[in-house]
Amino acid sequence: MISAVVVKEAGRRRSSASTGRGALRVVERNVLAYRRMWLAFVSGLFEPLLYLLSIGIGVGGLVGKVPGPGGQPIPYDQFVAPGLMAAAAMNGAVLDTTFNFFFKFKYAHTYDAMLATPLEVGDIARGELTWALLRGAIYSGAFLLTMVLLGLVGSWWAVLALPAAALIAFGFAGAGIAATTYMRSWTDFDFVNLALIPMFLFAATFFPLSQYPEGLQWVVRCTPLYQGVALERGLTTGQLTWTMLLNIAYLVILGAVGLRIATRRLRVLLQP
Amino acid sequence: MATPTALRVVEKEWVAWRRLWKASVFQATISPLLFLAAMGLGLGDLVNKGSGGVNGVDYLVFVTPGLMAASAMMQAAGESLWPVLGGVKWMRTYHAAVATPIGAGALFAGHVLWICLRVLLSASVFLLVGAILGGVPSWWGVLAIPAAVLGASVFAAALNAYSVTQESDLPFAVILRMGLFPLFLFSGTFFPTSRLPDWLEPVSWFSPLWHAVELCRAATTGASPSAGSVAGHVAFLVTALSIGCWWGVRRFRRALTA
Repeated sequence: MISAVVVKEAGRRRSSASTGRGALRVVERNVLAYRRMWLAFVSGLFEPLLYLLSIGIGVGGLVGKVPGPGGQPIPYDQFVAPGLMAAAAMNGAVLDTTFNFFFKFKYAHTYDAMLATPLEVGDIARGELTWALLRGAIYSGAFLLTMVLLGLVGSWWAVLALPAAALIAFGFAGAGIAATTYMRSWTDFDFVNLALIPMFLFAATFFPLSQYPEGLQWVVRCTPLYQGVALERGLTTGQLTWTMLLNIAYLVILGAVGLRIATRRLRVLLQP
Repeated sequence: MATPTALRVVEKEWVAWRRLWKASVFQATISPLLFLAAMGLGLGDLVNKGSGGVNGVDYLVFVTPGLMAASAMMQAAGESLWPVLGGVKWMRTYHAAVATPIGAGALFAGHVLWICLRVLLSASVFLLVGAILGGVPSWWGVLAIPAAVLGASVFAAALNAYSVTQESDLPFAVILRMGLFPLFLFSGTFFPTSRLPDWLEPVSWFSPLWHAVELCRAATTGASPSAGSVAGHVAFLVTALSIGCWWGVRRFRRALTA
């Protein structure tokens, strides 16, 4: 079946790039591959949920209320849940665009194999980005559902929290692929953890910005994850502000610039 | 000649680590301290405002020993999964080792011992920084170092035994996320187990990490615990370690001397 489709498409190689169909083939390949590793995929769902139960509810009971996005006090579990949702989108997107991308690129030679088909470099970059975006969105979607079931969602605006999570995943997936094209060995991936763990802990995920001194608040406001946290927290609590448009713009630019750099770099790296 | 062969294994790891230690500093030392800063200071301030601390102490004092034992567990696990599979399957250094007078049992013991030394170092640094931040009010806190090492050794032994016969590293991510990570979050690390649902609290008594956390916390807070409870925690951990060692020696022999 699949080979028939590929043969049919081989005749219109140029058009596949413009319609994005080639990218969908890359996504399809990842879906097929993950069917054999479904447990590894599903286990990623649990991490944010366990954090929600432990920190959000376990420790949250000791915290009581904290100032929400509009300054009004909200229960701690409602405060931390959107932060964890943004982090889930980030983690889902970064895993597949850094570690897994590097393995496929350097060791499994998956992309060299792909280029022997009608697929192009642009298809690979867009396909992997789309896949990472889907993975981040699936993790965030499951998390959002749990939030609804636990009664942690305070507004109908929360229906937009899922597209917002996809946008967060887009931003981080673009940045992730672009960064990975500069990686030389596994040791360089320490920088990925060096960026992700502090952001996860300090980008207003677990406690509000007001806990920081003024100067540090601005540093935190500039981190990519903070954009996602602010966006999700505004939507799930129903406290919308105009600055959320800035958060959106930041993530769109991050993803688009990342994708552009990645495509250009991959063209040099993959085609001798 | 009198040197036990297990120490030769430790020596090999030391020689390699001396050149590569910088790569492990983030995972082993900096990352746990970032957790301490975020949870102990950032979140801790909210807990102290909300309910005046936990069990009568400041949240930083509560969470420091918890994170110390939990980070020790995570470090031991990280050193017991991929590196073991690498030794037996990818780089086959274990096969090279057992071709010398080092037996499979000594190889197991040496690797576990090496992990304990690594944890000893990280836990000491963690305790020192925790004390500087104000999370360790008692001098008895020094005893939290052996307690964290004992807790980590249980995981090192069991996971070395598990990893040595694996065919691929696919199950490792699942073990980390669905086995160790729940222990990390629910073994009294961040909040007292009395806050768990009633049916779950007895389950936590079977978590080796809970026993290690309780020992560390008794030491760092200087809470003068009853001799019986200390003996109980130590007995649980020593029993679990013994079972892990027995299993590990068996599995290493089966994997390497077939």
